[in-house]
Amino acid sequence: MVSFYGKEFKSRLLIGSALYPSPAIMQDAIRASGAGIVTVSLRRESAGGKTGDAFWSLIRELDVTVLPNTAGCRSVREAVTTAKLARELFGTSWIKLEVIADNDTLQPDVVGLVEAADILIKNGFEVFPYCTEDLSVAMRLVDAGCKVVMPWAAPIGSARGIINADALKLMRDRLPDITLVVDAGLGAPSHAAEALELGYDAVLLNTAVAKAADPVAMANAFRLAVEAGRIGFEAGLMGARDFASPSTPVIGTPFWHAVS
Amino acid sequence: MLAKAGHAVTLHERSDQAMRDATSHWAGGMLAPWCEAEVSEPVVSRLGLRALDLWREELPDTPFNGSLVVAHARDRADFERFAKMTSSHTRLDAAGVAEIEPSLEGRFRDGLFYPGEGHVEPRRVLPQLHARITAAGGIIKYNSEQQPKDLDGLVIDCRGLAARDDASTPKLRGVKGEIIIVETDEVQLSRPVRLMHPRWPLYVIPRADNRFMLGATSIEGEDTGVSVRSALELLGAAYAVHPAFAEARILEFGSGLRPAFPDNLPRIAIDKNTIAVNGLYRHGFLLAPALAELTLNYVQRGEIDNEVMQCK
Repeated sequence: MVSFYGKEFKSRLLIGSALYPSPAIMQDAIRASGAGIVTVSLRRESAGGKTGDAFWSLIRELDVTVLPNTAGCRSVREAVTTAKLARELFGTSWIKLEVIADNDTLQPDVVGLVEAADILIKNGFEVFPYCTEDLSVAMRLVDAGCKVVMPWAAPIGSARGIINADALKLMRDRLPDITLVVDAGLGAPSHAAEALELGYDAVLLNTAVAKAADPVAMANAFRLAVEAGRIGFEAGLMGARDFASPSTPVIGTPFWHAVS
Repeated sequence: MLAKAGHAVTLHERSDQAMRDATSHWAGGMLAPWCEAEVSEPVVSRLGLRALDLWREELPDTPFNGSLVVAHARDRADFERFAKMTSSHTRLDAAGVAEIEPSLEGRFRDGLFYPGEGHVEPRRVLPQLHARITAAGGIIKYNSEQQPKDLDGLVIDCRGLAARDDASTPKLRGVKGEIIIVETDEVQLSRPVRLMHPRWPLYVIPRADNRFMLGATSIEGEDTGVSVRSALELLGAAYAVHPAFAEARILEFGSGLRPAFPDNLPRIAIDKNTIAVNGLYRHGFLLAPALAELTLNYVQRGEIDNEVMQCK
């Protein structure tokens, strides 16, 4: 089980609701993923947050916990306003906080992010901040009161997987009590498994599933990868070595095999 | 089709002859079954291919010049994915793009050409179709908003979103599409040009009199009007296709709601004397002739298409 602000979830996969070929495929893919938390965007799917009731009712049918996000927000003020709108619309104090600095990379504006997180937490929100792998930023977010921190693996939608594993490892080591989620940039199930193997509590993804040729099958693949990664982490991964280490004793091996 | 087959047909249309209230007024009129295969189920391609044949038969004088797909250099990955997920296209290099669309010379390093596709101009083709209905003996009543239950005889209900409250159309929803029409004589295109976009298929569609339709967004919502964000994206797409669009004159902003079921697939629901044809989503012009033919086949011979039809 994994805990987000005191709420327990069986699945360590959080999934987005955008970009699917149809709402029906979105529903099937989310079910196949086993995810208990689904992110929904107020800005990306709808102009001004007036997304159709029909679409929301399809999400509600899934019986999942909704995590609204502030995707597309470019300033602290915009993100805070969107978060408040989301709280009203969905009746939840959870918010995935995105403050975007740069349109090319969709890189988080980490300064604005900390500021917005601080404001929202003081307003009673439980914040899931989307940040870079920078430890100092993560620590500021924790100082502001975030119990969950979500560093990227790589830029949103880039499908590059974890590009700075050392930094993510360091963040895991330094923030052992915080729920850490790798968010954005995962392209393949193996990327998700790697995040869980690093000790991350969960992963959040959208494009890799929604834009797959078969989103439902891909959702299933990610579910299995996340489970495998977590089991691998719990089982205790062996450390990497510089040289070969035989799994079978060499004593008793004829010398012409031992030296060949 | 029904009138031609000898049935006494009366068409009730809610709006006036110009059909400004109809979603089709804002449609792109794209007939692109191969491009649509990127995000559609195979049934859309199957019906779309049949419908293309029907359009060609019906409009022998309309040139169908195919469609061209291009991408901004940064959307290269999306372009390759699109190429992989669609078929019946030819890869063009920069010279190939310039050969079929001289206005785009030097603009794109490569493109995908779908020679079998075409498009119609909804605002021109609808009056032609109306004339054919009348010529075949059908009657058209404009400004006639009717409920199927109030009509006698066999009723074919094609009301789109207006049919949402009926029991036969559960979960019908509106998906907003926004368009812009611009005018310029500095760009000439012979076919729709589709520009890769991370969320929506964006087309620049040439129309008569130096006009171009830029469309369309696809937003899960049922409000009306065009947002600034959408306008920026649509105009940005046109500018990316050709910078001369920066000097084009904006003639119209508009939006319509596409009727869609949760799977975004069309349905023909048959219930005694009512046949409800709905859920054409963003494939109205592409699929309409094929769905009309299936409806006719059912009326004439009781033929059932299991993929599309549901009988009560």
